[in-house]
Amino acid sequence: MIYVVIVYLWASICLYLLLGGADFGAGIVELAVPRRYKPRVRVIMAHAIGPIWEANHMWLIIAIVILFVGFPQVYTTMSIFVHIPLVAMLLGIIARGTAFVFRNYDAVDDGWQRIYARVFMWSSMVTPFFLGIIAASTVSRTINPQAGDFVTAYIGSWLTWFGISIGLFTTAICGYLAATYAIGTVDASLRQLLIRIAKRFIYLVVVSGAFVFVAAIYSDIPLFEWIFGGLIGQLAIALATVSLAITFIAFRRKKVTALRMLAGFQVVMILLAATYQHYPELVLFSDGKGLSLLEHAGDVKTINALGWALLSGSVFILPFLFYLMRVFGNRQK
Amino acid sequence: MDDFIAARSQMAMSLGFHIVFACIGMVMPFFMATAHFIYLRTGNLLYRGLTQAWSKGVAILFATGAVSGTMLSFELGLLWPTFMEHAGPIFGMPFSLEGTAFFIEAIALGFFLYGWDRLGRWFHWTTGLIVGISGLASGILVVAANAWMNSPSGFDIVDGHYTNIDPIKAMFNDAWLSQALHMTLAAFVATGFAVSGIHAWMILKRKNVEFHTAAFRISALTACLAAVLQPISGDLSAKDVAERQPAKLAAMEAHFETQSHAPLLLGGVPDEDAETVRYAIKLPGMLSFLAHGDITAPVTGLKDLPREDRPPVAITHYAFQTMIVIGMLLVALALVYVTALAKRRAHRNWLLRLFVVATPLGYIALEAGWVVTEVGRQPWIIHGVMRTADAVTPMPGIVYSFYLFTAVFVSLSVTVAFLLYRQIKMVGKRYDVTDPDYQKDPI
Repeated sequence: MIYVVIVYLWASICLYLLLGGADFGAGIVELAVPRRYKPRVRVIMAHAIGPIWEANHMWLIIAIVILFVGFPQVYTTMSIFVHIPLVAMLLGIIARGTAFVFRNYDAVDDGWQRIYARVFMWSSMVTPFFLGIIAASTVSRTINPQAGDFVTAYIGSWLTWFGISIGLFTTAICGYLAATYAIGTVDASLRQLLIRIAKRFIYLVVVSGAFVFVAAIYSDIPLFEWIFGGLIGQLAIALATVSLAITFIAFRRKKVTALRMLAGFQVVMILLAATYQHYPELVLFSDGKGLSLLEHAGDVKTINALGWALLSGSVFILPFLFYLMRVFGNRQK
Repeated sequence: MDDFIAARSQMAMSLGFHIVFACIGMVMPFFMATAHFIYLRTGNLLYRGLTQAWSKGVAILFATGAVSGTMLSFELGLLWPTFMEHAGPIFGMPFSLEGTAFFIEAIALGFFLYGWDRLGRWFHWTTGLIVGISGLASGILVVAANAWMNSPSGFDIVDGHYTNIDPIKAMFNDAWLSQALHMTLAAFVATGFAVSGIHAWMILKRKNVEFHTAAFRISALTACLAAVLQPISGDLSAKDVAERQPAKLAAMEAHFETQSHAPLLLGGVPDEDAETVRYAIKLPGMLSFLAHGDITAPVTGLKDLPREDRPPVAITHYAFQTMIVIGMLLVALALVYVTALAKRRAHRNWLLRLFVVATPLGYIALEAGWVVTEVGRQPWIIHGVMRTADAVTPMPGIVYSFYLFTAVFVSLSVTVAFLLYRQIKMVGKRYDVTDPDYQKDPI
């Protein structure tokens, strides 16, 4: 049953990156388009994510619940030593969710909308940045439970060039996901613009990806070995690269669904390459030890109960969720 | 302010904030479903407008509740890591089920809000009902987790290690049923009176009278029914607390001396150092009766407990008194309303004015009740097992985090209030088909 729980943990992180990421990307894309297109992009994005944005963010809750029920030491270690970026991310989540809804449901249309819009766009950008930093801190070997001073224990644990590079990389991915997703929801006049933006985000993903490798060398992280040291990593990266080439063909032929699938596929491959090599270790400490999903899992009875709760929950959630996405997924106006 | 107090204050504020939105999310969908049902049955467009007006409010409030709930799932670890490390695997079961319920709620809300004219009529109605049912389930599950902190079960402690963990037994701990019942009714009382108060005020202002009367009827009736039932569940809760957490009961009642024929105090100023209560009206034997159903039964007093195991008496006592007084006032108002309804005089101005006054009362009582159960559990985070002070994060500087979150919650509250005010102001134009200014909603 432990493997069921681990698969769910990975899947919910992956889905959060894909769906929640595209959701964050909606704000990033809005920030990226020229001012004169902003109102139209805003309407498109509001229609695209309106019905599903709350469901998209549930994946984060599922992941966090799996962590604190099944792997409490992972949850508490992160809570203590990565406290500051977690708070930053939470503030981003609060600001973004509320600003989006306030903007959409305000009964009067006036200057307030602009304030909500600004909060929404900037928090859409900041939140995935900190998510990236938090993810990077788990494998940076910078968390030091024995540290005596504040800076080493609570700031050095996450503030590294590697963390910053992953933060930027995550943000770029979110923008890319949203831009490709949105291509399918607009008419021809905006499509060209969104394709241009999506391409720009691809360049950003590639550049920030390269920055990740440079920063990893600088921060003494054997990222190159992790990713290219094993067959799965090599294969995942190779497939992601090949699919990127196909993406450009799809852009030219305006294959909307293919674009979405390809973007999603690339992100899944990146996550796979990034996580599989140090599996089952989830958090690596500065003294070489770590927290393992297998050794530091909760009691057998807890894991069994959690596994059954997740499995039975899926029976209710997944069909309902697919139907929601189908009904509201391709809304052309 | 030291970090420990800051952590407790931040947690109290976050929960106190979230509980309002969570309760609205539990109750409002049922009001919407009722109005929606009337519309589908009668075709009366007024009720369609009412359903939509309410659903806009719910969208705003639900989102605020969802993000503050997301934040709480992190705050538990950010502020109380030692607690979560041990408690997570034991009391996590309701949380994992709550994850499902909350997920379904979010999906169903997406269907409901965006489903007008796009889904089958009754399927659409059902999604609204599912929002309510899953909201209610979420609330009950979270309360079950809180009940475990009051009544820990489903594990043993052997040499300081938590073993023999049984998450199912932990979920169905002794306190879950009475707490869940009390909380659910409280949600209906508080939301019902808040909503009916706002609509009563609009009727008094002679704005869209027919529209607001329809809204008032649905919300006021529910509120009154729940208010009348609440004392029964309160009595069950009190007897439960008396049995399992005598220290909490003693603090609620500022009861220092262990004695039979224990008196019930009305009002009074507890002095924790002198271990007495001044200026209280005493009803002899009534506390014994309420706690154990027998006026001669002895009730444990605070003096029997070492000082370090006593909860803060004054806060718990005042909060408890506030809850009881408001509860009684609302029962009285409910009875007056039902009587007036029977005599077909329900929408007289004086009665509507009383409802306007009662607008915030339910929520004040609800927050007071939350203070009773949380402060009354102190100094324990897990009753009798782990002290709150031992659970707090080792990270210094929580004071700043508290200031930051205070600023966030204050600005969010102000913005939400502002948005709701604008919604209510626009009722005529956007939702009431009988209004001359009505324009069909562009969305």
